Amino acid sequence: MHTPITNIDRRNFLRLSGITGVGLVLGLSAKADGTATIENLSAAGESFELTPFVVIEKSGQITIFNPKPEMGQGTFQSIPALIAEELEVALDKVTIKQTGGEKKFGGGQSAGGSASVRTSYTNLRKVGASAREMLVAAAAQQWNVPVTECYASEAKVFHKPSGKSLGYGELAEAAAKIEVPKQPTLKDPKDFKILGKRYPRPDVPLKTNGKAMFGIDVSVPGMVYASIERCPVFGATLVSYDDTAAKKVKGVIAVEKCERIHGVYKSEGVAVIAENYWAALQGRKALQVKWDYQGNDTFNSKTYEQSLRDAAKEEGAVQHKQGDFDKTFAEAPVKLEAFYETPVVSHSPIEPMNCVASWQEGNKLEIWTSTQVPGSIMNSFPKLYDVTPENLKINVMFNGGGFGRRLYPDYVHEAVQLTKKIGKPVKAIWTREDDTKMGPFRPMTFSAMKGALSADGKAIAFQHKVISPTLDMRKDYDKTKADGTMTEGISEQKYEIEHMKNLYVHHYLHVPVAAWRAVTSTTLAFSHECFIDEMAVKAKKDPMAFRLGMLTKPSDTKVLLEKLKEVSNWDKPLPAGWGRGVAQYEFFAGLGGFVVEVSKKGTGIKIEKVYAAIDLGTVVNPDTVEGQVQGAAVMALTAAIKGGITFEKGQTVQSNFHNNPLVRMNEMPKVEVHIIANGGTRIKGVGEPGLPPFAPALCNAIYAATGKRIRRLPFDINKIV
Amino acid sequence: MSMIKLTINNQSYEVDASPEMPLLWAIRDLVGLTGTKFGCGIAQCGACTVHVDGNPVRSCSYPVSAAAGKKITTIEGISEKIGEAVQKAWIELQVPQCGYCQSGQIMSATALLKSKPKPTDADIDAAMQGNLCRCGTYQRIRSAIHRAAELI
Repeated sequence: MHTPITNIDRRNFLRLSGITGVGLVLGLSAKADGTATIENLSAAGESFELTPFVVIEKSGQITIFNPKPEMGQGTFQSIPALIAEELEVALDKVTIKQTGGEKKFGGGQSAGGSASVRTSYTNLRKVGASAREMLVAAAAQQWNVPVTECYASEAKVFHKPSGKSLGYGELAEAAAKIEVPKQPTLKDPKDFKILGKRYPRPDVPLKTNGKAMFGIDVSVPGMVYASIERCPVFGATLVSYDDTAAKKVKGVIAVEKCERIHGVYKSEGVAVIAENYWAALQGRKALQVKWDYQGNDTFNSKTYEQSLRDAAKEEGAVQHKQGDFDKTFAEAPVKLEAFYETPVVSHSPIEPMNCVASWQEGNKLEIWTSTQVPGSIMNSFPKLYDVTPENLKINVMFNGGGFGRRLYPDYVHEAVQLTKKIGKPVKAIWTREDDTKMGPFRPMTFSAMKGALSADGKAIAFQHKVISPTLDMRKDYDKTKADGTMTEGISEQKYEIEHMKNLYVHHYLHVPVAAWRAVTSTTLAFSHECFIDEMAVKAKKDPMAFRLGMLTKPSDTKVLLEKLKEVSNWDKPLPAGWGRGVAQYEFFAGLGGFVVEVSKKGTGIKIEKVYAAIDLGTVVNPDTVEGQVQGAAVMALTAAIKGGITFEKGQTVQSNFHNNPLVRMNEMPKVEVHIIANGGTRIKGVGEPGLPPFAPALCNAIYAATGKRIRRLPFDINKIV
Repeated sequence: MSMIKLTINNQSYEVDASPEMPLLWAIRDLVGLTGTKFGCGIAQCGACTVHVDGNPVRSCSYPVSAAAGKKITTIEGISEKIGEAVQKAWIELQVPQCGYCQSGQIMSATALLKSKPKPTDADIDAAMQGNLCRCGTYQRIRSAIHRAAELI
């Protein structure tokens, strides 16, 4: 890599970021194979596809760009920390800025799949290390001493023998002329000051004094507010509307149509635009809208669920096959079958969907929003709305919860269409009712399970057949193929069962659906791990011993279960009326497990204690991980014991938190989190793996305490016995 | 519409609002203080919690006209000893995740500690049940309230 001289790219970058007096700008050049090289952008002779993450100004001000939106999972700390650690700066000494999908920051500007840290860990450390080595080299040059006599610490370079030092700001300009090291030396983890430590998150103080800016908090001059009426029946079309009364409401400025775009699901709505949000809501109430339901107004959950049960009779497409399941199952001395069902659930982040969009002269568009996917907005919006990527600016705000909902920018589309129509900045806000009724939702999965044991109680055959719609909502789904997302993890479990045949049956659903935190593993882990428990019971074996008996080879799953066995004192007898259950689940995002202890309490169940384990390989912030796993358990508990989403007359029955409740403070079990970080090449995710195994561990505990096997979620935890 | 006088965080404001407009929207859209959050609009989630004459209220379901002449405190105005202890404990225990509900959590916790300086777990359950947290930070909220009680 050479050190170019002038810098067109940098100038453009500076204009975008509003930074002046830059000395050193370092970026990553991402390659298609997922690797990256580090490039010096300070002096690029021509425009490259580069991703500048570190800016050091002559004043000493350091800015680190974070490409991973912060939604509570901690990326505002964990991602800049990767760079800051190697750069030898404290996080409270740097300014952290969110990237907005700009081309020069490359791909991967999104937060989802528990992927942020695990995909950035090495690349971003290398960025920080390169910058550090260039700064050190610049200082050595200036002092005319060997590089080996110099070291970096606290944003300064020191000369060891003399003790003299220079700040990064003073060195930045000279450092920018140093060749970028091809293989920067990464720090030895034992010298880490930030990574692996309980390091405070820089966004936390802002989130205790009202200063954190979420999308909904953005205000720009001349901004007006919109509330959008959409048809409650899914799959309906707009016929006509009468806005006479709406326009008479004081403060209402305009009424316009807009389209919600959610993948292949598209639906028209009518927006009331007003001087303030309250007036927009009043105007919306006064709207008269005619819809054509397209025959979808008879759709209901009960009938659809029955059609899933009927579809379970289909053979299905093979997702994974090993050994000879059919023959082994047919001839097995002991066999069992069970059918599991899970509900549709909502994401319900407490910040409702919202977006501020501003269409400006010269086909320029600026967006301020809470989103998990600035990169894909930058990729997909320019063509749709006749704006060049250079004229599209996306300001990524703190997300008031994501959980997968903000992977889908349907609410951004609406705001953009409205500002384009009226030529004023528009803040469009969904009400909680809009959020609850409109989805997109996590779809249900139904699971037909089969298992066979040898005469001595050894698992010899296993089948998990998933029956469900798909997340892409395609009606023309090729039923000969097994959908990878809808069968997520069912063939990745490490249990050594010789004969296995996992299957998928597609069943169409026209309601908008979406990925939800931990995606399909959140439902499949329930059926999978409860059925493993059923097999253990049938084999008259302890559920933990039964699982470990199927894990003779070394694996992370084995380590995780042994950890849970140890920390939960699994073999210690519990008081009468208590029971404990275990479950684990490995899938694309990572590996987690729980032991849950419950007791009988009148007609219901009390969760007494929850032990969690998460295997990461490498941990960046244990404090964040603990919070994430505790939170995942709460979200899983809501999905297990609260009502979920149902449909009648083509529409969502639930509308707000009174009839779509979430777990509250008094229902929160105490969760003790154990992190496994034994190194290794694979870094696993944090945000999601704590979710899938919670419900099965809870239900297995309830079985142990009461003998009642729960095969359908949600269930009423206060009415078990 | 009429001009309504509001006292928020010891500052006087005059807002042009219909009397039934919820206090929440007057605070956010008309006064411009955005620390108080919209979550549900029906007093189910607590994200909009403010103090009116020292008592926690859900500002999404409290008409602005009813707040006229009363002392309103929002998250931006928390300054006295108890509020500061709560914020300090929240930072010390790194409570917030996404942080969106935390303004409301802190307002409810501050009100609790004013009436019960040493709350039990049962007191915390009762006082904090009206505040939802989708990220599930309840365990840390509980610990932080106990910690704030020590700090006061």
